[in-house]
Amino acid sequence: MPSLPLPSAVDLARAQFALTVVWHFLFPAFTIGLASFLAVLEGRWLFTGKAVYLDTYRYWLKVFAVAFAMGVVSGLVMSYQFGTNWSVFADRTAPILGPLLGYEVLTAFFLEAGFLGVMLFGLARVGPRLHFAATCLVALGTLTSAFWILSANSWMQTPTGHTMGADGRFAPADWWAIIVNPSFPYRFAHTVTGAYLTTAMIVGAVGALHLLRDGKNPRARAMFSMAMWMAALVAPAQLVIGDMHGANTYAHQPAKVAAMEGHFETRSGASALLFGWPDAEAGETRGALGIPGLASLYLTHDLNGTVRGLNDMPRATWPTNLPLVFWSFRVMVGLGLLMIALGLASLWLRWKGRLYDAAWFHRLAVAMGPSGLIAVTAGWTVTETGRQPFTVYGLLRTADSVSPVAAPAVAASLAAFAVVYLAVFGAGIWYLLHLFNQAPHVHEAGPPTGVPTRTAGITPAPALDAPAHGESRPALQPAE
Amino acid sequence: MTLDLTLIWALLIATAVFLYVVMDGFDLGIGILFPAIREKVDRDVMVNTVAPVWDGNETWLILGGGGLFAVFPLAYATLLPALYIPLTLMLLALVFRGVAFEMRFRTASPLSQTAWDMAFSAGSIVAALCQGICLGALVQGVRVEDRAYAGGWWDWFSPFSVLTGFALVAGYGLLGAGWLIWKTEDALQLRAYRLARGFGAATFAAIVAVSLAMPFLSPAFRDRWLTWPAVIFVAPVPVLVALLGRRLRDALDRREEVAPFLCGLGLFLLSYVGLGISLFPMIVPPAVTIWDAATHPSSQRFLLVGTVVLLPMVLAYTAYVYWLFRGKVTAGTPGYH
Repeated sequence: MPSLPLPSAVDLARAQFALTVVWHFLFPAFTIGLASFLAVLEGRWLFTGKAVYLDTYRYWLKVFAVAFAMGVVSGLVMSYQFGTNWSVFADRTAPILGPLLGYEVLTAFFLEAGFLGVMLFGLARVGPRLHFAATCLVALGTLTSAFWILSANSWMQTPTGHTMGADGRFAPADWWAIIVNPSFPYRFAHTVTGAYLTTAMIVGAVGALHLLRDGKNPRARAMFSMAMWMAALVAPAQLVIGDMHGANTYAHQPAKVAAMEGHFETRSGASALLFGWPDAEAGETRGALGIPGLASLYLTHDLNGTVRGLNDMPRATWPTNLPLVFWSFRVMVGLGLLMIALGLASLWLRWKGRLYDAAWFHRLAVAMGPSGLIAVTAGWTVTETGRQPFTVYGLLRTADSVSPVAAPAVAASLAAFAVVYLAVFGAGIWYLLHLFNQAPHVHEAGPPTGVPTRTAGITPAPALDAPAHGESRPALQPAE
Repeated sequence: MTLDLTLIWALLIATAVFLYVVMDGFDLGIGILFPAIREKVDRDVMVNTVAPVWDGNETWLILGGGGLFAVFPLAYATLLPALYIPLTLMLLALVFRGVAFEMRFRTASPLSQTAWDMAFSAGSIVAALCQGICLGALVQGVRVEDRAYAGGWWDWFSPFSVLTGFALVAGYGLLGAGWLIWKTEDALQLRAYRLARGFGAATFAAIVAVSLAMPFLSPAFRDRWLTWPAVIFVAPVPVLVALLGRRLRDALDRREEVAPFLCGLGLFLLSYVGLGISLFPMIVPPAVTIWDAATHPSSQRFLLVGTVVLLPMVLAYTAYVYWLFRGKVTAGTPGYH
């Protein structure tokens, strides 16, 4: 084998995991919130009988079908990647993580086989109440999936409830302690709230786009108003949840927090840095500009509290890419603050009665459309690259987790994933943007009946709708 | 007698893999037959026969992979690196095919329709070929040392694995043709009869070739199949294969509608049982047994609880959907496209 000037197999495997997981998480980050949004829309339709909510529901249902499908397709790849690229990790952690991921698969499978088909195609047949139940179960199912995945991820950050054999393999000792490990409640709350905000930003942007074109469109008004309520109420709450998550991380993974803050020296009254460039070689953050005492305040809840710096911790436990952790954190927090500003501005405009005709505000909301997706990607970058150089924090190193697959093989698969994902999910996202560009109409049609949708899975639709085949759009009104 | 959890799990996962193979087998088969049937109207009917069920079928693949990780981590951690190239290609092919399946209905221009059709067909063929190659590479043996894969990244490639690759393409083609005979009428059904004959002959030849090659791969296989008195217990398998092959030919001659598909399923089941006889209790031949590969007993118990509750519900729902979509599909069948 001629030697190629390639990065190491472990770096290539990390790059491939990063690529596939970032692509993957874009979809659940959106659909977790969208499923709940749909449940609320259908609930409001059933409760008020106003057609505007049903039309808005159908408009977003089309989007949900496509986004959910892409989430499952990209998720299929993830379930094999632990074995193809991280086989030592898989062998050692499977007694703990296997059942958690197994429950995730069973939940997703059950949800997929059971209720998504009804939700996408069954309204005409099963009636509004049962259909609403299906929508709620899909929303609950996405949250249950998130529960198991985040439990597994959190265990990798803060492992508890296990024993470790001489051969480095983990064994379960206490399932409750494994599932509800110390960082799990915070990570779950922070991630689900982030997903809700991601959805709010996208729904708000689409609503704002159509308000700019036609300020009277009641469906655009409804979705915009609901998205802005979400931003106004949940974005500030996320700041509090994020702060609690950060304090939890500081207790369990101080090196990660030191990297996020760019703190090398342990000191009291530590600054929160706004800018700078952490330099691991020099052991300092260059060009640092910060607010004195603020980091001590939010990490120790005392202006003069002592905050530990990286120089106090063994070099072998430092995250491997300090600037990435540092800057991803600032991107996430910066966007979060912008969302809070957007939410507060919406409250002001609502109070002034100008929410639906402040064009500048609608343009701002359109620009903020992708902010949630960027923020959750940045947040995951913080927590995952901040966990380095470990896969299971403090116990199993990334370099010791990788499969014995030669670097050229990993380089080839990485290139193939990059090209195919860009083509396939690029086409999918293009199609979503095309859907966003369509105005939400009266008598919105919903997903095209009978067109097979991946992971709508086994959709009983066309046969269920059989009596209505003559009419392309079964007339559906709330209980008259 | 104590309950052997590991054996229960091995049976569960073997069942999931078999369900995957036959269910995704016939819908991958539809893509394999695409190059032989060129008219858009026929292709639409073909795709519509599997549209309601195909991605549910594919979900069993996730269950197979997830189950292997959860219950037999050593197998997962050694097979997946050993099959790195064919597995990665298979996943990419399935991603491609899945999106092509949807996009061919959502695009209007004939040119992009043709492109998505080609993606669907090529994705199906590559996925089937890679699955067969993975099977062959597993059967021929995987080098495991110190709980890790110890071979190179091209070890999977051999005349035998290429043979099993083509065997699976032929077998899926047969299942697809049998399915079309069952689900369609008239001209398209006639074409399917002809295709079933060709793919049936190829499948039968492939089964014979693989069976003849296997005793040369390892003495263990020879002992299982060719020594006295084991031969008495295993002889029914090849005899049944021969009888089923005959039955398939007759069914095609007599233009029976359901029997060809069932004969195809039977051939798959017998081949699967034959493999089981050769390999059991090895999960990663030649040296790793299901008990070597099994995870911690507590983990097996913990996951079994949920599986026992959820899996029957999934199976019942799957059966219900197949029942719901019974009957012929024609160009006039409303609903799709």
